[in-house]
Amino acid sequence: MSDTTTSVVIAGAGHAGGSAAAMLRQLGFAGAITLVGDEPIPPYERPPLSKAWLKGEASAESLALRPMEFYTTANIDLRLNTRVTGIDPAAKTVSLGSGETLSYDFLILALGARARRIPLPGLDLDGVLELRTAADADKLKAALGPGKRLAVVGGGYIGLEAAASARGLGAEATIIERESRVLARVACQQLSDFFERFHRAQGVTIEVSAGVAALEGVGGKVTGVRLSDGRVIPCDAALIGVGAVPNDEIAQAAGLACDGGIVVDLSARTSDPAIFAIGDCTKRPLPLYGRTMRLESVPNALEQAKQAAAAIYGRPPPPPEVPWFWSDQYDVRLQIAGIPFDATEIVVRGDIAAGKFALFHLAEDGLVRAVEAVNASTEFMGGRRIIQRGKRLTADRIRDMAVTMQELAS
Amino acid sequence: MPKITFIEHNGTPHTVEGTIGRSVMEAAVNNNIRGIDADCGGECACATCHVYIEPEWLGKVGLPADGSQEASMLSFAAVTQPDSRLSCQIQMTAELDGLVVRMPEGQH
Ligand SMILES: Cc1cc2nc3c(=O)[nH]c(=O)nc-3n(C[C@H](O)[C@H](O)[C@H](O)COP(=O)(O)OP(=O)(O)OC[C@H]3O[C@@H](n4cnc5c(N)ncnc54)[C@H](O)[C@@H]3O)c2cc1C
Ligand code: FES
Repeated sequence: MSDTTTSVVIAGAGHAGGSAAAMLRQLGFAGAITLVGDEPIPPYERPPLSKAWLKGEASAESLALRPMEFYTTANIDLRLNTRVTGIDPAAKTVSLGSGETLSYDFLILALGARARRIPLPGLDLDGVLELRTAADADKLKAALGPGKRLAVVGGGYIGLEAAASARGLGAEATIIERESRVLARVACQQLSDFFERFHRAQGVTIEVSAGVAALEGVGGKVTGVRLSDGRVIPCDAALIGVGAVPNDEIAQAAGLACDGGIVVDLSARTSDPAIFAIGDCTKRPLPLYGRTMRLESVPNALEQAKQAAAAIYGRPPPPPEVPWFWSDQYDVRLQIAGIPFDATEIVVRGDIAAGKFALFHLAEDGLVRAVEAVNASTEFMGGRRIIQRGKRLTADRIRDMAVTMQELAS
Repeated sequence: MPKITFIEHNGTPHTVEGTIGRSVMEAAVNNNIRGIDADCGGECACATCHVYIEPEWLGKVGLPADGSQEASMLSFAAVTQPDSRLSCQIQMTAELDGLVVRMPEGQH
Protein backbone atom coordinates (compact mmCIF):
# COMPACT_ATOMS: atom_id res chain seq x y z
CA MET A 1 0.00 0.00 0.00
CA SER A 2 1.90 3.04 -1.15
CA ASP A 3 -0.85 5.49 -1.99
CA THR A 4 -0.03 9.00 -0.94
CA THR A 5 -3.39 9.81 0.59
CA THR A 6 -3.07 7.63 3.70
CA SER A 7 -1.96 9.59 6.74
CA VAL A 8 -0.26 8.20 9.82
CA VAL A 9 0.08 10.13 13.05
CA ILE A 10 2.56 8.84 15.61
CA ALA A 11 2.07 10.08 19.17
CA GLY A 12 5.33 9.95 21.11
CA ALA A 13 8.71 10.52 19.44
CA GLY A 14 10.86 8.08 21.40
CA HIS A 15 12.60 4.88 20.43
CA ALA A 16 9.44 3.13 19.28
CA GLY A 17 7.78 6.10 17.56
CA GLY A 18 10.92 7.25 15.77
CA SER A 19 11.63 3.71 14.60
CA ALA A 20 8.07 3.14 13.36
CA ALA A 21 8.31 6.27 11.19
CA ALA A 22 11.62 5.11 9.71
CA MET A 23 10.36 1.56 9.15
CA LEU A 24 7.24 2.78 7.32
CA ARG A 25 9.50 4.67 4.92
CA GLN A 26 11.82 1.65 4.59
CA LEU A 27 8.85 -0.43 3.50
CA GLY A 28 7.95 2.19 0.89
CA PHE A 29 4.99 3.84 2.62
CA ALA A 30 4.38 7.04 0.66
CA GLY A 31 1.63 8.68 2.70
CA ALA A 32 1.96 11.47 5.23
CA ILE A 33 3.74 10.73 8.52
CA THR A 34 3.46 13.15 11.42
CA LEU A 35 5.61 12.32 14.45
CA VAL A 36 4.58 14.26 17.54
CA GLY A 37 6.68 14.28 20.69
CA ASP A 38 6.76 16.36 23.85
CA GLU A 39 10.53 16.29 24.29
CA PRO A 40 12.70 19.06 22.80
CA ILE A 41 15.00 16.73 20.81
CA PRO A 42 14.44 14.19 18.01
CA PRO A 43 14.10 10.49 18.96
CA TYR A 44 17.13 9.17 20.83
CA GLU A 45 18.39 6.10 22.62
CA ARG A 46 17.83 5.92 26.34
CA PRO A 47 20.11 2.95 27.21
CA PRO A 48 23.34 5.02 27.12
CA LEU A 49 21.83 7.56 29.55
CA SER A 50 22.79 5.31 32.45
CA LYS A 51 25.85 3.79 30.75
CA ALA A 52 28.35 5.17 28.22
CA TRP A 53 26.81 8.64 27.99
CA LEU A 54 26.66 9.10 31.76
CA LYS A 55 30.31 8.06 32.05
CA GLY A 56 31.20 10.61 29.38
CA GLU A 57 32.13 7.94 26.83
CA ALA A 58 29.48 8.82 24.26
CA SER A 59 28.61 12.17 22.69
CA ALA A 60 25.15 13.72 22.81
CA GLU A 61 24.85 13.45 19.03
CA SER A 62 25.54 9.71 19.14
CA LEU A 63 22.38 9.33 21.24
CA ALA A 64 20.13 10.44 18.37
CA LEU A 65 18.45 7.53 16.60
CA ARG A 66 18.91 9.40 13.34
CA PRO A 67 20.28 12.83 12.42
CA MET A 68 17.82 15.74 12.20
CA GLU A 69 18.21 15.91 8.38
CA PHE A 70 16.80 12.40 8.14
CA TYR A 71 13.30 13.60 9.02
CA THR A 72 13.36 16.21 6.26
CA THR A 73 14.82 13.84 3.68
CA ALA A 74 12.34 11.11 4.56
CA ASN A 75 9.47 13.60 4.55
CA ILE A 76 8.49 12.94 8.15
CA ASP A 77 6.77 15.90 9.79
CA LEU A 78 8.50 15.92 13.18
CA ARG A 79 6.76 18.10 15.77
CA LEU A 80 8.89 18.49 18.88
CA ASN A 81 7.87 20.10 22.18
CA THR A 82 4.30 19.13 21.36
CA ARG A 83 2.00 17.05 23.53
CA VAL A 84 -0.85 14.94 22.26
CA THR A 85 -3.63 15.76 24.69
CA GLY A 86 -6.49 13.62 23.45
CA ILE A 87 -7.77 11.14 20.88
CA ASP A 88 -11.19 11.13 19.22
CA PRO A 89 -11.41 7.63 17.73
CA ALA A 90 -14.80 8.30 16.10
CA ALA A 91 -13.59 11.40 14.27
CA LYS A 92 -10.09 9.88 13.80
CA THR A 93 -8.38 12.96 15.15
CA VAL A 94 -5.90 13.80 17.88
CA SER A 95 -5.69 17.09 19.66
CA LEU A 96 -2.37 18.72 20.42
CA GLY A 97 -1.23 20.91 23.28
CA SER A 98 -0.82 23.70 20.74
CA GLY A 99 -4.60 23.67 20.21
CA GLU A 100 -4.26 22.14 16.76
CA THR A 101 -6.14 19.01 15.65
CA LEU A 102 -4.61 16.38 13.37
CA SER A 103 -6.61 13.84 11.35
CA TYR A 104 -5.32 10.34 10.84
CA ASP A 105 -6.14 7.19 8.93
CA PHE A 106 -3.87 5.29 11.30
CA LEU A 107 -2.67 6.38 14.70
CA ILE A 108 0.34 4.84 16.42
CA LEU A 109 0.59 5.42 20.17
CA ALA A 110 4.26 5.29 21.18
CA LEU A 111 3.92 7.11 24.47
CA GLY A 112 6.50 5.17 26.49
CA ALA A 113 6.58 5.05 30.26
CA ARG A 114 7.63 7.49 32.94
CA ALA A 115 9.62 7.05 36.11
CA ARG A 116 7.43 5.86 38.97
CA ARG A 117 6.97 8.47 41.71
CA ILE A 118 6.69 7.19 45.25
CA PRO A 119 5.14 9.45 47.85
CA LEU A 120 8.12 10.44 50.00
CA PRO A 121 8.64 13.54 52.07
CA GLY A 122 11.35 15.68 50.47
CA LEU A 123 10.84 14.58 46.86
CA ASP A 124 10.86 18.20 45.72
CA LEU A 125 14.32 18.95 47.16
CA ASP A 126 17.04 20.00 44.73
CA GLY A 127 19.24 17.03 43.90
CA VAL A 128 16.41 14.49 44.03
CA LEU A 129 16.53 13.06 40.54
CA GLU A 130 14.97 10.48 38.27
CA LEU A 131 16.37 9.02 35.08
CA ARG A 132 14.14 8.66 32.07
CA THR A 133 15.01 11.45 29.65
CA ALA A 134 18.12 13.10 28.29
CA ALA A 135 17.24 16.15 30.39
CA ASP A 136 17.16 13.96 33.52
CA ALA A 137 20.52 12.47 32.55
CA ASP A 138 22.05 15.96 32.16
CA LYS A 139 21.08 16.76 35.74
CA LEU A 140 22.43 13.47 37.06
CA LYS A 141 25.71 13.86 35.23
CA ALA A 142 26.15 17.37 36.60
CA ALA A 143 25.72 15.98 40.11
CA LEU A 144 28.43 13.32 39.74
CA GLY A 145 32.19 13.60 39.93
CA PRO A 146 35.11 12.86 42.24
CA GLY A 147 34.11 13.15 45.89
CA LYS A 148 30.38 13.45 45.21
CA ARG A 149 28.01 11.04 46.93
CA LEU A 150 25.11 9.47 45.05
CA ALA A 151 22.33 7.61 46.82
CA VAL A 152 20.27 5.38 44.57
CA VAL A 153 16.82 4.43 45.78
CA GLY A 154 15.91 1.19 43.99
CA GLY A 155 18.21 -1.63 42.97
CA GLY A 156 16.91 -2.24 39.45
CA TYR A 157 18.95 -2.14 36.24
CA ILE A 158 18.88 1.62 35.87
CA GLY A 159 19.91 2.14 39.51
CA LEU A 160 22.76 -0.36 39.28
CA GLU A 161 23.99 1.05 36.01
CA ALA A 162 23.88 4.58 37.37
CA ALA A 163 25.83 3.47 40.45
CA ALA A 164 28.45 1.79 38.25
CA SER A 165 28.78 4.89 36.09
CA ALA A 166 29.00 7.09 39.20
CA ARG A 167 31.91 4.96 40.45
CA GLY A 168 33.52 5.33 37.04
CA LEU A 169 33.34 9.10 37.50
CA GLY A 170 34.95 8.88 40.93
CA ALA A 171 31.77 9.44 42.95
CA GLU A 172 30.67 7.41 45.98
CA ALA A 173 27.51 5.38 45.50
CA THR A 174 25.03 3.72 47.85
CA ILE A 175 22.18 1.57 46.57
CA ILE A 176 19.10 1.32 48.79
CA GLU A 177 16.78 -1.60 48.01
CA ARG A 178 13.54 -2.49 49.75
CA GLU A 179 13.68 -6.20 48.84
CA SER A 180 16.22 -8.62 50.25
CA ARG A 181 18.31 -8.47 47.07
CA VAL A 182 18.96 -6.15 44.14
CA LEU A 183 17.25 -6.91 40.80
CA ALA A 184 14.64 -8.79 42.83
CA ARG A 185 11.88 -8.31 40.25
CA VAL A 186 13.92 -9.01 37.17
CA ALA A 187 16.66 -11.55 37.87
CA CYS A 188 17.20 -14.77 39.78
CA GLN A 189 18.95 -15.04 43.13
CA GLN A 190 22.29 -16.16 41.67
CA LEU A 191 22.42 -13.21 39.32
CA SER A 192 21.48 -10.78 42.09
CA ASP A 193 24.24 -12.26 44.27
CA PHE A 194 26.76 -11.92 41.48
CA PHE A 195 25.92 -8.25 40.88
CA GLU A 196 25.87 -7.44 44.59
CA ARG A 197 29.34 -8.93 45.01
CA PHE A 198 30.61 -7.15 41.93
CA HIS A 199 29.27 -3.74 42.98
CA ARG A 200 30.63 -4.13 46.49
CA ALA A 201 34.04 -5.02 45.10
CA GLN A 202 33.85 -1.77 43.12
CA GLY A 203 33.25 0.17 46.30
CA VAL A 204 29.47 0.56 46.11
CA THR A 205 27.58 0.30 49.39
CA ILE A 206 24.41 -1.79 49.11
CA GLU A 207 21.63 -1.64 51.69
CA VAL A 208 19.06 -4.39 51.13
CA SER A 209 15.77 -4.91 52.99
CA ALA A 210 15.95 -1.17 53.57
CA GLY A 211 12.84 1.00 53.45
CA VAL A 212 13.10 4.70 52.74
CA ALA A 213 11.28 7.04 55.11
CA ALA A 214 12.17 10.43 53.70
CA LEU A 215 14.62 12.58 51.83
CA GLU A 216 16.33 15.08 54.06
CA GLY A 217 17.60 18.46 53.01
CA VAL A 218 19.08 21.73 54.11
CA GLY A 219 18.22 25.01 52.39
CA GLY A 220 16.08 23.22 49.83
CA LYS A 221 18.87 20.86 48.77
CA VAL A 222 18.99 17.13 49.47
CA THR A 223 21.57 16.05 52.06
CA GLY A 224 20.57 12.48 52.79
CA VAL A 225 18.15 9.61 52.53
CA ARG A 226 16.54 8.62 55.82
CA LEU A 227 15.83 4.90 56.10
CA SER A 228 12.88 3.40 57.98
CA ASP A 229 15.27 2.19 60.68
CA GLY A 230 16.28 5.79 61.33
CA ARG A 231 19.73 5.71 59.75
CA VAL A 232 20.58 8.46 57.29
CA ILE A 233 22.62 7.86 54.14
CA PRO A 234 24.30 11.20 53.43
CA CYS A 235 24.34 12.26 49.78
CA ASP A 236 24.75 15.15 47.37
CA ALA A 237 22.20 13.67 44.97
CA ALA A 238 19.52 11.01 45.30
CA LEU A 239 18.39 9.08 42.24
CA ILE A 240 14.95 7.51 42.56
CA GLY A 241 14.84 4.45 40.32
CA VAL A 242 11.85 2.42 41.38
CA GLY A 243 10.40 1.35 38.07
CA ALA A 244 8.24 2.93 35.43
CA VAL A 245 4.54 3.34 34.74
CA PRO A 246 3.02 3.29 31.25
CA ASN A 247 1.78 6.54 29.72
CA ASP A 248 -1.60 5.11 28.79
CA GLU A 249 -3.91 7.81 30.16
CA ILE A 250 -4.93 9.31 26.82
CA ALA A 251 -5.65 5.80 25.51
CA GLN A 252 -7.82 5.07 28.54
CA ALA A 253 -9.65 8.35 28.11
CA ALA A 254 -10.34 7.42 24.48
CA GLY A 255 -11.90 4.14 25.59
CA LEU A 256 -9.13 1.82 24.29
CA ALA A 257 -8.68 -1.43 26.21
CA CYS A 258 -5.95 -0.94 28.81
CA ASP A 259 -4.73 -3.28 31.53
CA GLY A 260 -1.55 -1.93 33.03
CA GLY A 261 -0.61 -0.75 29.53
CA ILE A 262 -2.46 -0.39 26.24
CA VAL A 263 -3.62 -3.86 25.19
CA VAL A 264 -2.39 -4.86 21.72
CA ASP A 265 -2.24 -7.96 19.52
CA LEU A 266 0.70 -9.36 17.54
CA SER A 267 0.17 -6.69 14.89
CA ALA A 268 0.43 -4.07 17.65
CA ARG A 269 -3.23 -3.23 17.04
CA THR A 270 -5.29 -1.88 19.92
CA SER A 271 -9.00 -2.51 20.49
CA ASP A 272 -9.60 0.14 17.79
CA PRO A 273 -8.52 -1.22 14.37
CA ALA A 274 -7.22 2.17 13.22
CA ILE A 275 -5.06 2.64 16.32
CA PHE A 276 -1.79 0.85 17.04
CA ALA A 277 0.33 1.02 20.16
CA ILE A 278 4.01 0.12 20.49
CA GLY A 279 6.82 0.09 23.04
CA ASP A 280 6.83 0.60 26.79
CA CYS A 281 3.19 1.78 26.90
CA THR A 282 1.76 -1.56 25.72
CA LYS A 283 0.63 -4.81 27.23
CA ARG A 284 1.46 -7.34 24.55
CA PRO A 285 1.10 -11.04 23.82
CA LEU A 286 4.18 -13.24 24.20
CA PRO A 287 3.27 -16.22 22.03
CA LEU A 288 6.34 -18.24 23.09
CA TYR A 289 5.12 -18.04 26.68
CA GLY A 290 1.35 -18.01 26.26
CA ARG A 291 1.14 -14.84 28.32
CA THR A 292 0.65 -11.10 27.98
CA MET A 293 3.05 -8.67 29.57
CA ARG A 294 4.34 -5.13 29.47
CA LEU A 295 8.01 -5.15 28.45
CA GLU A 296 10.41 -2.24 28.79
CA SER A 297 13.17 -2.80 26.33
CA VAL A 298 14.53 -1.49 23.07
CA PRO A 299 14.18 -4.83 21.26
CA ASN A 300 10.50 -4.89 22.25
CA ALA A 301 9.97 -1.31 21.03
CA LEU A 302 11.59 -2.21 17.71
CA GLU A 303 9.71 -5.46 17.28
CA GLN A 304 6.37 -3.74 17.83
CA ALA A 305 7.35 -0.81 15.58
CA LYS A 306 7.97 -3.41 12.88
CA GLN A 307 4.61 -5.06 13.58
CA ALA A 308 2.70 -1.78 13.30
CA ALA A 309 4.54 -0.67 10.17
CA ALA A 310 3.87 -4.04 8.50
CA ALA A 311 0.17 -3.94 9.39
CA ILE A 312 -0.28 -0.37 8.15
CA TYR A 313 1.57 -1.17 4.94
CA GLY A 314 -0.53 -4.29 4.46
CA ARG A 315 2.19 -6.87 5.05
CA PRO A 316 1.88 -10.02 7.14
CA PRO A 317 3.12 -9.63 10.71
CA PRO A 318 6.81 -10.45 11.23
CA PRO A 319 7.49 -13.73 13.10
CA PRO A 320 7.51 -13.27 16.88
CA GLU A 321 10.95 -12.73 18.41
CA VAL A 322 12.40 -14.03 21.64
CA PRO A 323 12.30 -11.08 24.07
CA TRP A 324 15.76 -9.92 25.06
CA PHE A 325 17.55 -7.26 27.02
CA TRP A 326 21.03 -6.15 27.89
CA SER A 327 22.70 -4.20 30.68
CA ASP A 328 26.28 -2.94 31.06
CA GLN A 329 27.83 -2.36 34.47
CA TYR A 330 31.58 -1.64 34.74
CA ASP A 331 33.05 -4.07 32.24
CA VAL A 332 30.33 -6.64 32.85
CA ARG A 333 27.91 -7.26 30.03
CA LEU A 334 24.65 -8.95 30.93
CA GLN A 335 22.46 -10.21 28.10
CA ILE A 336 19.16 -11.90 28.80
CA ALA A 337 17.20 -13.97 26.30
CA GLY A 338 13.66 -15.00 27.09
CA ILE A 339 11.68 -14.75 30.31
CA PRO A 340 11.88 -17.42 33.04
CA PHE A 341 8.10 -18.10 33.14
CA ASP A 342 7.33 -21.61 34.43
CA ALA A 343 11.01 -22.36 34.99
CA THR A 344 11.67 -24.83 37.77
CA GLU A 345 15.43 -25.30 37.50
CA ILE A 346 18.43 -23.05 37.00
CA VAL A 347 21.53 -24.57 35.46
CA VAL A 348 24.88 -22.78 35.50
CA ARG A 349 27.11 -23.01 32.47
CA GLY A 350 30.57 -21.53 32.95
CA ASP A 351 32.28 -20.10 36.00
CA ILE A 352 30.42 -17.60 38.19
CA ALA A 353 33.55 -16.78 40.21
CA ALA A 354 35.43 -15.95 37.00
CA GLY A 355 32.59 -13.63 35.94
CA LYS A 356 31.86 -15.49 32.71
CA PHE A 357 28.79 -17.70 32.86
CA ALA A 358 25.21 -18.23 31.78
CA LEU A 359 22.18 -19.25 33.80
CA PHE A 360 19.78 -21.48 31.88
CA HIS A 361 16.22 -21.47 33.20
CA LEU A 362 14.47 -24.73 32.40
CA ALA A 363 10.86 -25.79 32.73
CA GLU A 364 10.08 -29.18 34.20
CA ASP A 365 10.27 -30.89 30.83
CA GLY A 366 13.68 -29.38 30.01
CA LEU A 367 12.22 -26.65 27.79
CA VAL A 368 14.61 -23.68 27.88
CA ARG A 369 12.68 -20.56 28.92
CA ALA A 370 15.41 -18.00 29.54
CA VAL A 371 19.18 -17.59 29.44
CA GLU A 372 20.92 -14.93 31.52
CA ALA A 373 24.43 -14.53 30.13
CA VAL A 374 27.21 -12.63 31.90
CA ASN A 375 30.15 -11.87 29.62
CA ALA A 376 28.98 -14.85 27.59
CA SER A 377 27.61 -13.62 24.26
CA THR A 378 27.79 -17.02 22.62
CA GLU A 379 25.53 -18.44 25.31
CA PHE A 380 23.18 -15.48 24.86
CA MET A 381 22.98 -15.84 21.09
CA GLY A 382 22.71 -19.62 21.28
CA GLY A 383 20.11 -19.28 24.02
CA ARG A 384 17.96 -17.05 21.83
CA ARG A 385 18.01 -19.67 19.10
CA ILE A 386 17.28 -22.51 21.53
CA ILE A 387 14.30 -20.64 22.99
CA GLN A 388 13.01 -19.65 19.56
CA ARG A 389 13.07 -23.29 18.47
CA GLY A 390 11.50 -24.55 21.68
CA LYS A 391 14.41 -26.93 22.36
CA ARG A 392 14.60 -29.13 25.42
CA LEU A 393 17.98 -29.68 27.06
CA THR A 394 19.27 -31.67 30.00
CA ALA A 395 21.15 -30.00 32.84
CA ASP A 396 24.18 -32.25 32.30
CA ARG A 397 24.62 -31.23 28.70
CA ILE A 398 24.21 -27.54 29.50
CA ARG A 399 26.86 -27.74 32.23
CA ASP A 400 29.31 -29.65 30.07
CA MET A 401 31.62 -27.03 28.55
CA ALA A 402 32.97 -29.71 26.21
CA VAL A 403 29.60 -29.50 24.45
CA THR A 404 29.72 -26.29 22.41
CA MET A 405 26.80 -23.86 22.22
CA GLN A 406 26.60 -24.71 18.51
CA GLU A 407 25.98 -28.32 19.46
CA LEU A 408 23.47 -27.36 22.14
CA ALA A 409 21.55 -25.17 19.74
CA SER A 410 21.53 -27.53 16.77
CA MET B 1 33.34 11.92 3.01
CA PRO B 2 34.05 8.25 2.25
CA LYS B 3 31.41 6.37 0.29
CA ILE B 4 29.91 3.02 1.27
CA THR B 5 27.70 0.84 -0.92
CA PHE B 6 25.18 -1.43 0.77
CA ILE B 7 23.72 -4.10 -1.49
CA GLU B 8 20.34 -5.41 -0.37
CA HIS B 9 19.75 -9.13 -0.44
CA ASN B 10 17.64 -8.65 -3.58
CA GLY B 11 20.58 -6.95 -5.31
CA THR B 12 19.50 -3.30 -4.96
CA PRO B 13 22.58 -1.16 -4.24
CA HIS B 14 22.53 1.98 -2.08
CA THR B 15 25.57 4.23 -2.03
CA VAL B 16 25.75 6.59 0.94
CA GLU B 17 28.34 8.76 2.65
CA GLY B 18 30.00 7.56 5.81
CA THR B 19 31.90 9.57 8.37
CA ILE B 20 35.52 8.90 9.25
CA GLY B 21 35.70 7.58 12.80
CA ARG B 22 32.05 6.49 12.82
CA SER B 23 30.79 3.02 12.06
CA VAL B 24 29.53 1.53 8.83
CA MET B 25 26.30 0.66 10.68
CA GLU B 26 25.70 4.33 11.54
CA ALA B 27 25.95 5.30 7.87
CA ALA B 28 23.26 2.72 7.05
CA VAL B 29 20.95 3.82 9.85
CA ASN B 30 21.37 7.53 9.14
CA ASN B 31 20.28 6.83 5.58
CA ASN B 32 17.50 4.44 6.59
CA ILE B 33 18.95 1.55 4.58
CA ARG B 34 16.58 -1.37 4.71
CA GLY B 35 18.22 -4.54 5.99
CA ILE B 36 20.41 -3.08 8.74
CA ASP B 37 18.32 -3.17 11.91
CA ALA B 38 21.02 -2.35 14.48
CA ASP B 39 18.67 -3.01 17.39
CA CYS B 40 21.27 -2.33 20.09
CA GLY B 41 22.52 0.90 18.55
CA GLY B 42 26.07 -0.30 18.01
CA GLU B 43 26.82 -1.96 21.33
CA CYS B 44 27.83 -5.27 19.74
CA ALA B 45 24.93 -6.81 21.66
CA CYS B 46 22.37 -7.77 19.00
CA ALA B 47 24.01 -8.96 15.76
CA THR B 48 21.31 -7.28 13.66
CA CYS B 49 23.79 -5.10 11.75
CA HIS B 50 25.33 -8.14 10.07
CA VAL B 51 26.92 -7.69 6.61
CA TYR B 52 29.10 -9.67 4.22
CA ILE B 53 32.26 -7.90 3.10
CA GLU B 54 32.89 -7.98 -0.66
CA PRO B 55 36.02 -10.06 -1.37
CA GLU B 56 38.15 -7.15 -2.65
CA TRP B 57 37.57 -5.29 0.64
CA LEU B 58 38.11 -8.14 3.02
CA GLY B 59 41.86 -7.49 3.31
CA LYS B 60 41.34 -3.88 4.39
CA VAL B 61 38.35 -4.49 6.64
CA GLY B 62 39.65 -7.68 8.23
CA LEU B 63 37.83 -10.28 10.28
CA PRO B 64 37.00 -10.19 13.98
CA ALA B 65 39.62 -11.67 16.29
CA ASP B 66 38.95 -15.19 17.56
CA GLY B 67 37.23 -15.09 20.91
CA SER B 68 36.22 -11.43 20.51
CA GLN B 69 32.76 -10.20 21.48
CA GLU B 70 32.00 -9.71 17.79
CA ALA B 71 33.06 -13.25 16.88
CA SER B 72 30.86 -14.74 19.59
CA MET B 73 27.88 -12.60 18.57
CA LEU B 74 28.39 -13.65 14.95
CA SER B 75 28.56 -17.31 15.84
CA PHE B 76 24.77 -17.35 16.02
CA ALA B 77 23.74 -14.50 13.73
CA ALA B 78 21.30 -15.40 10.97
CA VAL B 79 23.07 -17.05 7.98
CA THR B 80 26.73 -16.25 8.65
CA GLN B 81 29.52 -16.71 6.12
CA PRO B 82 33.32 -16.60 6.40
CA ASP B 83 33.19 -12.93 5.31
CA SER B 84 30.56 -11.91 7.90
CA ARG B 85 31.08 -8.83 10.05
CA LEU B 86 28.96 -6.73 12.38
CA SER B 87 28.87 -3.35 10.66
CA CYS B 88 28.77 -1.45 13.97
CA GLN B 89 32.26 -2.81 14.68
CA ILE B 90 33.79 -1.42 11.47
CA GLN B 91 34.99 2.16 11.84
CA MET B 92 35.20 4.19 8.64
CA THR B 93 38.66 5.34 7.57
CA ALA B 94 39.84 7.16 4.45
CA GLU B 95 41.21 3.80 3.31
CA LEU B 96 37.72 2.31 3.29
CA ASP B 97 36.36 4.92 0.86
CA GLY B 98 34.31 2.95 -1.69
CA LEU B 99 33.63 0.00 0.62
CA VAL B 100 31.04 -2.47 -0.66
CA VAL B 101 29.08 -4.74 1.69
CA ARG B 102 26.15 -7.08 1.10
CA MET B 103 23.27 -7.73 3.40
CA PRO B 104 21.98 -11.12 4.49
CA GLU B 105 18.42 -12.18 3.78
CA GLY B 106 17.31 -11.16 7.25
CA GLN B 107 18.73 -9.99 10.55
CA HIS B 108 16.54 -12.06 12.87
C1 LIG C 1 18.21 5.04 31.73
C2 LIG C 1 17.59 3.97 30.89
C3 LIG C 1 18.36 2.87 30.51
C4 LIG C 1 17.82 1.85 29.73
N1 LIG C 1 18.61 0.81 29.34
C5 LIG C 1 18.11 -0.15 28.51
C6 LIG C 1 18.94 -1.22 28.03
O1 LIG C 1 20.10 -1.33 28.38
N2 LIG C 1 18.40 -2.12 27.17
C7 LIG C 1 17.11 -2.03 26.77
O2 LIG C 1 16.66 -2.86 25.98
N3 LIG C 1 16.29 -1.04 27.21
C8 LIG C 1 16.77 -0.10 28.07
N4 LIG C 1 15.95 0.91 28.52
C9 LIG C 1 14.52 0.91 28.12
C10 LIG C 1 14.31 1.53 26.75
O3 LIG C 1 14.96 2.76 26.66
C11 LIG C 1 12.82 1.70 26.52
O4 LIG C 1 12.25 0.42 26.53
C12 LIG C 1 12.52 2.39 25.18
O5 LIG C 1 12.97 3.70 25.20
C13 LIG C 1 11.03 2.34 24.91
O6 LIG C 1 10.70 3.12 23.80
P1 LIG C 1 9.29 3.87 23.72
O7 LIG C 1 9.31 4.63 22.45
O8 LIG C 1 8.22 2.91 24.01
O9 LIG C 1 9.31 4.87 24.93
P2 LIG C 1 10.19 6.19 25.09
O10 LIG C 1 11.51 5.99 24.47
O11 LIG C 1 10.08 6.56 26.51
O12 LIG C 1 9.42 7.27 24.21
C14 LIG C 1 8.14 7.78 24.50
C15 LIG C 1 8.12 9.24 24.11
O13 LIG C 1 6.80 9.71 24.09
C16 LIG C 1 6.75 10.97 24.73
N5 LIG C 1 5.36 11.20 25.16
C17 LIG C 1 4.70 10.61 26.19
N6 LIG C 1 3.42 11.06 26.25
C18 LIG C 1 3.27 11.94 25.23
C19 LIG C 1 2.18 12.74 24.76
N7 LIG C 1 0.99 12.69 25.34
N8 LIG C 1 2.39 13.54 23.68
C20 LIG C 1 3.61 13.57 23.07
N9 LIG C 1 4.67 12.85 23.46
C21 LIG C 1 4.50 12.03 24.53
C22 LIG C 1 7.75 10.83 25.84
O14 LIG C 1 8.16 12.07 26.35
C23 LIG C 1 8.88 10.12 25.09
O15 LIG C 1 9.68 11.01 24.40
C24 LIG C 1 16.46 1.93 29.32
C25 LIG C 1 15.68 3.03 29.72
C26 LIG C 1 16.22 4.04 30.49
C27 LIG C 1 15.36 5.20 30.90
S1 FES D 1 24.18 -2.76 16.13
FE1 FES D 1 23.86 -4.34 17.56
S2 FES D 1 25.56 -5.60 17.20
FE2 FES D 1 25.85 -4.04 15.75
